Amino acid sequence: MALLEVEDLTVNFYTQDGTVNAVDNLTYSIERGEKFGVVGESGAGKSVTALSLMRLIDSPGHIESGEIRFKGQDILSMSEDEVRSIRGNEIAMIFQDAQTALNPVYSVGEQIAEAMRHHLDYSKSEAKEETIDLLAKVGIPEARKRYSDYPHEFSGGMQQRAIIAMALSCDPDLLICDEPTTALDVTIEAKILEEIESLAEEFDTAIQLITHDLGVIAEICDRVMVMYGGKPVEKAPVEELFYDPKHPYTVGLMSSIPRIGDSTDRLQTIPGKMPDLVELPPGCSFHPRCPYAEEACTLSEPELLDTKTGKPASEVGTNHSAACLAYSGDLTGELDYSVTVNEDSKSNAPASQITGDNQ
Amino acid sequence: MSLRRFIVKRLLAIIPILFGVSIITFGLVHLTPGDPVQQILALNPRAGPTEKQQLREQFGLAAPIWEQYLNWMKGVFTGDFGEVYRSRRAVSEVIYSRLPETLLLGLFGWVFGLVIAIPTGIYAAVHKDQLGDTVSRFVALSGISIPNFWLGLMLILIGSLTLGWWPVTAPKRAPLLSFDMLWYLILPGLTIGTAAASSIMRVMRTSMAEEMNKEYVTAARAKGLPERTVVLKHVLRNSLISVVTLAATLTASIVAGSVIIEQVFAWPGLGQTFIQAIRNAEYNLIMAITLFTGVFIILANLVADILYAALDPRIRYD
Amino acid sequence: MTDKNVLSGRGRIEITGFNPERVEQRDSLSGWSEEAGRATQSRWSRAWQRFKRNRSALLGVVVVALLAFLAIFARPIEVFGLTVQPFSLAPHPPGELLYFNHPGEGFTGDYQPPSMKAPMGVDGDGRDIFSRLLYGGRYSLSIGFIVVGLTAGIGLLYGAVSGYYGGWVDEIMMRIVDVIYAFPGLILSLIIVSMLGRGYTQLIIAFSLFGWAGYGRLVRGEVLKVKENEYVMAAKALGARDRSVVLRHIAPNTMAPLLVVASLRIGTVVIGVAALGFLGLGMPPGSAEWGTMLDGARNSLIRLDTGPKWWATVFPGTAIFLFVMSMNMIGDGINDALDAQQTGVGKGGDE
Repeated sequence: MALLEVEDLTVNFYTQDGTVNAVDNLTYSIERGEKFGVVGESGAGKSVTALSLMRLIDSPGHIESGEIRFKGQDILSMSEDEVRSIRGNEIAMIFQDAQTALNPVYSVGEQIAEAMRHHLDYSKSEAKEETIDLLAKVGIPEARKRYSDYPHEFSGGMQQRAIIAMALSCDPDLLICDEPTTALDVTIEAKILEEIESLAEEFDTAIQLITHDLGVIAEICDRVMVMYGGKPVEKAPVEELFYDPKHPYTVGLMSSIPRIGDSTDRLQTIPGKMPDLVELPPGCSFHPRCPYAEEACTLSEPELLDTKTGKPASEVGTNHSAACLAYSGDLTGELDYSVTVNEDSKSNAPASQITGDNQ
Repeated sequence: MSLRRFIVKRLLAIIPILFGVSIITFGLVHLTPGDPVQQILALNPRAGPTEKQQLREQFGLAAPIWEQYLNWMKGVFTGDFGEVYRSRRAVSEVIYSRLPETLLLGLFGWVFGLVIAIPTGIYAAVHKDQLGDTVSRFVALSGISIPNFWLGLMLILIGSLTLGWWPVTAPKRAPLLSFDMLWYLILPGLTIGTAAASSIMRVMRTSMAEEMNKEYVTAARAKGLPERTVVLKHVLRNSLISVVTLAATLTASIVAGSVIIEQVFAWPGLGQTFIQAIRNAEYNLIMAITLFTGVFIILANLVADILYAALDPRIRYD
Repeated sequence: MTDKNVLSGRGRIEITGFNPERVEQRDSLSGWSEEAGRATQSRWSRAWQRFKRNRSALLGVVVVALLAFLAIFARPIEVFGLTVQPFSLAPHPPGELLYFNHPGEGFTGDYQPPSMKAPMGVDGDGRDIFSRLLYGGRYSLSIGFIVVGLTAGIGLLYGAVSGYYGGWVDEIMMRIVDVIYAFPGLILSLIIVSMLGRGYTQLIIAFSLFGWAGYGRLVRGEVLKVKENEYVMAAKALGARDRSVVLRHIAPNTMAPLLVVASLRIGTVVIGVAALGFLGLGMPPGSAEWGTMLDGARNSLIRLDTGPKWWATVFPGTAIFLFVMSMNMIGDGINDALDAQQTGVGKGGDE
């Protein structure tokens, strides 16, 4: 049994402009200790997915259907009390923007300690000592002194570290990282990612890493899911995704990463922008932006298929799946892109190539 | 910056404002047409120009305007606000004898406002757009829309004339803290408190609802804290900051409200004295009460600033 | 970097054949387009859409329009002896003494409860309260709008100048606002009217002389915010003159919060005018202004010899309440429509 199994999750938002189908029939699973990546542009439904896992979708949003099994138990059918005992305790979240995720009027230490007092029944002083240890562990110097500092006295990188400490405070089994480094500059980004990774290793925590940055995925994750318009379009182990991407959208994402010393004159980008979730295009929602789209793509919505067999993907047997008509044989043309791996001298700072150091 | 330095800094900033307040007070009364001498002598048709001049000098109104101002300020600094023209009583004495009644009324209004508004505001924000919220919003909107003197009249009509629970005027010669007086205080207190409660509730609800959408609330929930803790610990303190910002404005409106409400209920406070002074063109009394009001509101502002700094750690370091 | 870095040591991945031009060159495959169903609207038309959906705000508009209509058509209006508006919805002129002009119809020179002939009763001088109410709307409504128009205009200018120039100009201008803020507006108005005497113009002066301070502070705050914006910087960098920068860029952007505060202020002014009238410091005695009609209401209520004359108090007060409530519903509606919370106005207008 996997640690987390999400099955047919559908989340809608009822707004004045219409119903937004933020997450549509999403299925995936995460094993214990696994590092699972979720990629997509903003508006692809990544953050909604993350909040759904903790049942934190607030009105006007509503989890329409599906199951979210954590250690075999369906979170969606639990009582409010039961969910609360999981939140922060067994599933914890690292927020995108630490500055807004910290309450400005309470000290950083207090905000970390309160979760421990609540879940682990620590006394005030125990929680404080633990918090100071934790702050030191996530790399905050002079942790004891910093305990009673307020969020605005922390730099951006330190705030993010505090958020990480907060998430790790009760030793969760699953850590949801929602764009944990987007708000930071590149040098700090690399450090924070390293921090998250090694801490997860140390605490043996599974990670669901949400990002729009393929480079970050490459650095950390074991398996990846690419989302587009609230739906998964490709799922694969990280190496396969990079060396053998199957969905045109993934290909587009990868070709839009700028590289130092690129031989092509101009950067290939995906034309157009992510459609509004209120009114998705008919058929495959990516078709208006897909260079390989044909008429068939506007007619039927492709399901996630095993790219080897062309049969519907299953959570257990399928290694690499993609939602494209190319794999059901409904496409007359071919996906005629190719991936080449250039052997290159090491001196060219491979890491920055991969992270798409686009600064 | 420490809280102490913060307070000292604010106190220093008040000085020029106090100066401005004194100029407006003095200027309003002296630079506009109207003259107490004329009013007093209107009752005495035989008075000629000599009597006028005499009175003018006696009231200190004969000197050039800037000299009058300096004289007045000199008095203010020594606690001498002059005399009431007609009764020859010291202005300060009149004020001190009437002040407790007005303070009590205002305090009642404030406390009533807070006690009603904060829980209602929290409830409305938590149950946003549900029935309870809609009802309390409607009531609060009515509360700020109703002319307070008219609400007072209606309370007299219902409470005193229809139900007969309250006398129609304040009990004469009863000490301020007697049962009769406190019982009578309820109607004017409710009248003043209604407006206060309504404004606080509206601000409370808006700021609570706004805070509830912030990410730190999601973060607090994601920690697994009970909703009660999330709302009453995390959200409330942030929302109270907005209420504190309202405090000075609200104090001003309670002061203004009490001037009128005291007329409605014949409450023996400073407000009645003030209206009487205005009708009789008692310059010294008008100026003293106005100056008093100004200083009081500035102090209320200061208290609000300090509370603000105490609630919000970001302020102290500006 | 860690060993998980899949690509380190293996060179770089390069994609060829993903050709976006194909998308740009081909015809749209389906009827769908990015902008379909989503016409880009301006802030104001979006606000208008939202306002139209707000039922209580619309109710407010209807009531205010109705009261305005009744006030205008209550009695004929003459300009220089020329009748511009001949209708008269009110049965009697506001100052008519019923017992005098309609002898033998049972009118006396004293309070009389509501009846068929006088649906809201007769006041202490023998005048028809219903007629007076209809007519009296002219005072309250017009003073409210004129004062708010004036003060908002002055405040806009004041705040724009203060915020735009900054420095010591700003410092002095804002200290002046602080001084005004130290007084309750009503007390200042009270003193001004008592000095100038009762009357329509006097009331407008009394409420406008210092009433602009709140707008001034609000606009200044908005100007400071807008000033940081790139397009204003750009305009300045391009050499636009000071005045044109203020007018072209800053003023339009501060309109939304100003409108919200102004619409909520009308009610406050109307209540203030009525309160002064109630204290006998508003319109001249005998005027049909709603608040002035309540002057002496307390005495008429507690006159115990013949029971309370409730009608003389209840109806004028209800008229004030109705108008102010409607204005506030409109103000709330505008606030919601313009999403003014984002601009910080929802908190009461101060910075």
